[in-house]
Amino acid sequence: MNRTRRLKLQLFRIVVFVVLGAFFLVPFGAMFEFSTRGNGVDAPRTLESWSTIATYPSLVQAILASLELAAITSAVMLFLLLPTMIWVRLRLPRLNRAIEFICLLPLTIPAIVLVVGLSPVYLWMAENLSDSILTLALAYVILVLPYAYRALDAGLSAINVKTLSEAARSLGAGWGTVMWRVIAPNMSAALLNACLLSVALVLGEFTFANLLGYVNLQVEINQLGQANAGVSIAVSVASLLFAFVLLMVLSFVGAARQALRAKPRPSDPRLEAVWGQKA
Amino acid sequence: MAVKEPVTRAGVEVRLEELRRSYAGVQALNGVSLTLAPGELVALLGPSGCGKTTAMRLVAGLEEADGGRVVIAGADVTNLPASKRDVGMVFQAYSLFPHMTALQNVAFGLQMRHVALDERRRRAAEMLEVVGLGGLGDRYAHQLSGGQQQRVALARALAIHPKILLLDEPLSALDARVRARLRDEIRRVQLETGITTLFVTHDQEEALAIADRVGVMNKGRIEQLGPPTAIYSRPATPFVAEFVGLTNRLPGNVRDGQVEVRGVRLPLVKSDTPNGPAIALIRPEAVSLAGDGEGVAGPLTGTVIAVSFLGATSRVTVDLGDQIVLAQMPTADATTHTAGTKVRLTLRPDPVLIARDEKASAES
Repeated sequence: MNRTRRLKLQLFRIVVFVVLGAFFLVPFGAMFEFSTRGNGVDAPRTLESWSTIATYPSLVQAILASLELAAITSAVMLFLLLPTMIWVRLRLPRLNRAIEFICLLPLTIPAIVLVVGLSPVYLWMAENLSDSILTLALAYVILVLPYAYRALDAGLSAINVKTLSEAARSLGAGWGTVMWRVIAPNMSAALLNACLLSVALVLGEFTFANLLGYVNLQVEINQLGQANAGVSIAVSVASLLFAFVLLMVLSFVGAARQALRAKPRPSDPRLEAVWGQKA
Repeated sequence: MAVKEPVTRAGVEVRLEELRRSYAGVQALNGVSLTLAPGELVALLGPSGCGKTTAMRLVAGLEEADGGRVVIAGADVTNLPASKRDVGMVFQAYSLFPHMTALQNVAFGLQMRHVALDERRRRAAEMLEVVGLGGLGDRYAHQLSGGQQQRVALARALAIHPKILLLDEPLSALDARVRARLRDEIRRVQLETGITTLFVTHDQEEALAIADRVGVMNKGRIEQLGPPTAIYSRPATPFVAEFVGLTNRLPGNVRDGQVEVRGVRLPLVKSDTPNGPAIALIRPEAVSLAGDGEGVAGPLTGTVIAVSFLGATSRVTVDLGDQIVLAQMPTADATTHTAGTKVRLTLRPDPVLIARDEKASAES
């Protein structure tokens, strides 16, 4: 590649990076700017909206509920989806297409339609089991299925599931050990991705909670926005920042693990002496 | 090779009794019976789809048999899951757990058997020494070459002291030089440990070189089981003759327990072969050449069209006009025949196996 072409490519990369960065950061900056405005036209900048977040008990409650929902949804999703996908891949490959279709189905159905279908179930649950907001996790598991399925499917495709599981079984491992100690650790990046997508979806979810009559973070932000727009925007910025930091942390954790494994080690001189070359 | 303490122990008898398995109506295994003597290495050899891997997977418990039994050390294990069968297996594909080091891989089976931490570390390290990878215990799979990975897989399979070792084409992903070296390594370790071993391969050279006995499989059955020399020099069926080694297919006529090929009468392996047109299967090494074919006409004279150097021996391709014949001989003898030379062929009177003459059968 000649120098001019390399420079052009570098310039193109920088332009794309700047444009995309602006696309994400300009609205983010505008929200932050709005959340730091004082009362009145000439009022100085203030962090009052940020500092008063904790003084709204209902907001704190909604944040905690959304975080709990995110954790429960991720756990249930993994618990249901991962063993199912591994089992289908190993023992029932003919069902692969059917499972994929079922998992991707929620993507094609509008949220409002899903809510209409689910509302009788939630009415029954509220009367007979529990009316806790945490029951929303059941609906959220359905909501995150398509995204989690795609992430896990990519992870499973990247490893030789059949051979690894057969090797483990021939060494005395049961199915549980095969799944959690052999397959899962080798697709940690896919698991992290699936969890991240689930967390992001749950933290940003509004329609289900609002229409089913529960108050999660987004519903609370919406309600707060009608009373105090500054605090509402500050919480929105905070939740976006939280998702962003989470993404960064997960990316670095994955990268650090890869780097640790890839660390080169010196070869054994005795072996080289015996074999002359790698065998 | 730094083998500190040979891990010698007695092997056990393994029996496959009338094993059957079909997939979607296709019979992959059609009543296979085989007994492996304690400490014996038997190779199952055959083309793709002949059922050799299916047989091995039934022994490992990775597939369920439609019928028949697998008996290991006198115990019927047919209905036991793979995890309870006490078999060690090395796979064709690289199968090391990528998130574990070589030492952790080897220790995995011991961990499943609840062996104490110190003991399993000691045994895993010992097995890595046995396969010649003593210093590489802390490497991950991607830091090892293909040959090293398969040796770790061998150590992992042996570390649990299995009753039988199953090797499912463990060398097929390696390049030729590493493959030959590792083949010898496997045999050495197998003899050292005395473990009964079933080796599956489609590579005849590999099977003949490594095994005490070779079972040649075709269409879900074992066509012939015997020592490598018998398989090569006394093939029981046309399929075995053609699959193991190169064979010339020469048209001839069977008459009174002999076959006449291009004017030469040769004895038959099966003297009860019915009279009539047939194809005689003749090994290239049973064909010798004389360089005095110039000006001589006859059914066994021809022109050399190629000489392939194979090392100690060479293969000469001769055009008889209506037929191409291969002859294999010491390289020193072959050098006298160059492409274009007229030669006279002599057929050694070894017993000949007959294949069905499909063309003649179709015409009749």
